[in-house]
Amino acid sequence: MTGADAAKAAVLLLVVAIVQVSLLSSVSVGGGHPDLLLVTLVAVALLRGSVFGALGGFFGGLLVDVATLETLGLTSLVLTVGGYWIGRYGETTGRDRTHAPYVSVAVVTVLYAVGAMLLHFFLGEEVSARLVLVDSLVPTIAFNLILTAPVYWLVKKVLRPVEWTDRAREVRLLG
Amino acid sequence: MATTRNRTSRLVVLGQSVRRPAASTLTSRSGSALRRRIVVWALVVLSLALITVSFREASDGPLHALQNGAASALRPFEVATERVATPFRDAWGWFDELLGARSDNARLKHENQELRQKYVAARAAQEENAALEKALDYQRGPEFPNGFRAVNARVAARPSQRQQIVISAGTNQGVREDDAVVTADGLVGKVTRAAGSVAQVTLLTDPTSAVAAKNLRKGAYGLIRHGAGGGTVLFFDLVTKDEVVRKDDIVITAGTQEGARPSLYPAGIPIGEVTSVGRTDTDVFMQIQVEPFVDFGSLDAVAVLVPRERRR
Repeated sequence: MTGADAAKAAVLLLVVAIVQVSLLSSVSVGGGHPDLLLVTLVAVALLRGSVFGALGGFFGGLLVDVATLETLGLTSLVLTVGGYWIGRYGETTGRDRTHAPYVSVAVVTVLYAVGAMLLHFFLGEEVSARLVLVDSLVPTIAFNLILTAPVYWLVKKVLRPVEWTDRAREVRLLG
Repeated sequence: MATTRNRTSRLVVLGQSVRRPAASTLTSRSGSALRRRIVVWALVVLSLALITVSFREASDGPLHALQNGAASALRPFEVATERVATPFRDAWGWFDELLGARSDNARLKHENQELRQKYVAARAAQEENAALEKALDYQRGPEFPNGFRAVNARVAARPSQRQQIVISAGTNQGVREDDAVVTADGLVGKVTRAAGSVAQVTLLTDPTSAVAAKNLRKGAYGLIRHGAGGGTVLFFDLVTKDEVVRKDDIVITAGTQEGARPSLYPAGIPIGEVTSVGRTDTDVFMQIQVEPFVDFGSLDAVAVLVPRERRR
């Protein structure tokens, strides 16, 4: 992880957060909303690990909260945990697996929806579990899975995969 | 063989001197994990703190002011993004509206079709109701023949090119062959076939129909039957030239009960009105045309006259 990587990721997440807030939040097909920020965060976390994922999640979530004038920290909290989790998955089980981005996006979409719903509920806001978990979740997952391949490819271009020296040794040793 | 080859290659790898991570690397890993945890917990705590402050703070508090300022700073970027995306969004909206209009059109067509069907059904029910009410009035009136009960029925079908109808009453309702069928206007015909809940009625306009009838004014007897031609005009046949029959005279069923073959129809059921009377020197009988009271083309409901005591 370098300062250049952090700067690239920050700019990427800033652009994506603005696109998400100003453009994609109004797109709705079949009750689902594409979440470009979430998919990008998954890609960043898978490529750069848990710390990067957590920081990226916090930063991206904060941007969304600021831009939408939501309760500050709400999206940050969910995306921080999500970014960290996916980062750990990328560092361990999910490394070098081609299906890792798709699995990660599907799982994080569900966790994000549930987490955000619970936080809103704890804050005493009206939330419809049916709307979140039944009506819109499946189309949102489908949307995000469609976005996964191009977004992952793009993020890979911006943030070149790092040489995991420790892991490389382990792989050679085990054959 | 493959096993040997693999084993060899593996041995080559395993045979090399592997540089184990030094103790310092383990410390580095532990340090990395610790740093990772510290970072994530710090971010979680920071998020929770932001939520708490943001939630509890008044809308004019410093955090809200900061958020408003940051949102204002982000606004130009949002506007720029919107402008860039506007053509694409418009194109998307156009397609979306087009798809919506198509589905709306299909839905409205479907609704229109349903409403039309309901309207037709309602009109049919209204007309049927009026016909049944009329039949009920007739049954309660003084002209209803004694010794009979009426079995009301709907016209269920009209076989094409036949002077017949199928009604929704049959043997289950007591209807038998040769029972007279009437409406409040007059005689319709007779039952020629009866099944469980349906019956076939042959109309007066069928060439095979023949009814013993009489002139209501003077009591001239004859036989009502349909001519060889088309239309609904009936002929009052077998009326001798010495009888007095005039135009506009009403013809009713005679209901003759004498003889070995009494009339199938009860007496006094209106049949029609005399429209023309003709005499020729060579013919024994008069040529009398009768316009039936019943409109055979628009029959909706009829009543079958079932004898209260049926003769076997």
